[in-house]
Amino acid sequence: MTTVQTTMQTATRETVIMNKLGLHARPAMQFVDVANQFKSSVRVTAFKKKQQQEADGKSVMQMIILAAEKGTRLRITAEGDDAQEAVDRLASLVESKFGEED
Amino acid sequence: METRKGIGVSPGIAISTAIVLDAEDLVVPRRVVPADQVEAEIARFDEAVRRSLDELAALRATLTEKYSRDVGAILGFHISILKDTSVSDSVRAVIRSEMVTAEYAVSVVLRKYASEFQSVTDRYLAERVKDIYDVERRLLHNLIGQRQQALSHLTSDAVVVARDMLPSQTVALDRAHVRGFATDVGGRTSHTAIVARALGIPAVVGLGDITAVASTGDTVILDGNRGVVIVSPTPEQLAEYREIERRQRELERELKDLVALPAETLDGHQVSIQANIEFPDEIDAAIARGASGIGLYRTEFLYLASEREPTEEEHYQAYSESLRRLGGRPLVIRTFDLGADKVTQSKLAVPERNPFLGDRSIRMCLRNIPMFKRQLRAILRASVLGDVRIMFPMISTIMELRQAKLVLRDVEEELEEEKIPFRRDIPVGMMVEVPSAALMASQFAREVSFFSIGTNDLVQYTLAVDRTNERVAGLFCPAHPAVLMLIRDVIRVGHRNNIPVSVCGEMAGEPLYTLLLLGLGLRIFSMNSTDIGEVKKIIRSTTLSHARQVARKVMSFDSERQVLHYLREETRKIAPEVV
Repeated sequence: MTTVQTTMQTATRETVIMNKLGLHARPAMQFVDVANQFKSSVRVTAFKKKQQQEADGKSVMQMIILAAEKGTRLRITAEGDDAQEAVDRLASLVESKFGEED
Repeated sequence: METRKGIGVSPGIAISTAIVLDAEDLVVPRRVVPADQVEAEIARFDEAVRRSLDELAALRATLTEKYSRDVGAILGFHISILKDTSVSDSVRAVIRSEMVTAEYAVSVVLRKYASEFQSVTDRYLAERVKDIYDVERRLLHNLIGQRQQALSHLTSDAVVVARDMLPSQTVALDRAHVRGFATDVGGRTSHTAIVARALGIPAVVGLGDITAVASTGDTVILDGNRGVVIVSPTPEQLAEYREIERRQRELERELKDLVALPAETLDGHQVSIQANIEFPDEIDAAIARGASGIGLYRTEFLYLASEREPTEEEHYQAYSESLRRLGGRPLVIRTFDLGADKVTQSKLAVPERNPFLGDRSIRMCLRNIPMFKRQLRAILRASVLGDVRIMFPMISTIMELRQAKLVLRDVEEELEEEKIPFRRDIPVGMMVEVPSAALMASQFAREVSFFSIGTNDLVQYTLAVDRTNERVAGLFCPAHPAVLMLIRDVIRVGHRNNIPVSVCGEMAGEPLYTLLLLGLGLRIFSMNSTDIGEVKKIIRSTTLSHARQVARKVMSFDSERQVLHYLREETRKIAPEVV
């Protein structure tokens, strides 16, 4: 379910929101907290039914406004020295359902 | 150029620069700042973010400790918003590109996010809009706090423009530089008005939207005589007002010549003119303006200035300093008149529904005996230093008076046991400001050494008018025949029982009422010291027999309109420049 492509110091991974409530405030905060641990910039694209929407992965407000529900496909792109590690950590956070129990 | 009409509550002209205080619970108006102020606005924003983060961190720590991690986590979201660089970058960008205040930029940016949250269909997210508003309020509160602090150490003259001035704001003002007040709301006897008159600076209240029209840094003309404020005036208007200002100074100089002359009618009857004060440092100015003593010391400002109860020592310092400045002249100390408008109801756990009919003034003191005793001890200790008199406010039943006197007796006994000297025959008087006390004046007269009529509250309670409610403030009128009958009777009772009666409400300082009060038998007037010159001029321009005639005629009228019309006519005949 994941595709990896690395060019220079850019890393990208795709993943899908799996927790029940989607990317609401608490998961968004968790995501941003992790993203901010890295030097790389982080962009997140959400593929919704009709359009795709982009957000700064280090901005809690922008992440919340993505309003990514369960089942939404996300593309996480990082740029910088620690880009690969950043996307890996962020993707696994999403896949762990942000520690939520269903 | 923009002109607004309001109520002139303190006379005089001020031509100065505006400092605008926004209110955190209102929509923030768009205010442009000059290009060289942009960086300062950004610095203010950064400082407000820092302060807000500090507050939230402290709050989260206590909440987590007291309740649970979940409660603390809500604040975590607020912290995340404040740390979100895309938010703070947007605010800085708005300040830079639009050259606006930090307050406006914060409001615009956060409200934009709020509306985006609202457009999201997910109900979990829509709920979060409240958090964004919370963060907005916190930032605005800190930004406005900075402005208020700036008011306590100004570097140049300014006119303060605000929604309303709160007692806690006015006590911290840098009095050397504040040239006037202009507020959106308020009436003749609102706190802003009283403070402005005490400081002798012009004020216009009830201007509606002056905070939206004026911006910090704008030139404003404030005309307290006509109740007009002009923002960014034309050169012609500036020239015209500079001329009015010059003539006004001339009139002041003329009134100053009266200072050395006695307050005496043409037929040789002496009147005592005293001053009302809120702080001891107003005494020098009061004496310079001709006050023969302090007829009303509003001690609650000791409390309001620090927002906590003063210690006995702080009370004592204030009273002994006052007596030193007075050099033997009398000092009437009114015990704490707190509550109602002087303690913000929002601070109470359960706000009162009718604060003016509630737990205020002497009632509050009698329910807080330790606080009351601390004040009385300090007054008694200071009593050996000069001519001190104690006055209890808002007495409405004889039992209240007796209770208050019992507490005083208690304190006297304590001092005696501790061998601390005090004056045993200290005069104890009361304010007559509730109709029940006025109607029962002859009963009260047997138990006090003097009366002082507080006309502001007496009018409010007799006519059932909230003087701070703009919608009915027009009904507030000391010339109402019912009020005049009460005042006449209290003065009569005082004479019959041989105890002095004074009027210390606003009415005493209004030249329009001087003839009438004199004619009703009043011999002690206590007022804001800025009013002394005009009142004295009237006293010196009439005879007692003429004043008595005026009073007799006034008491035959049945409406305040007739009273006002007649008094204006009579006063104009003897001192046309005053009314």
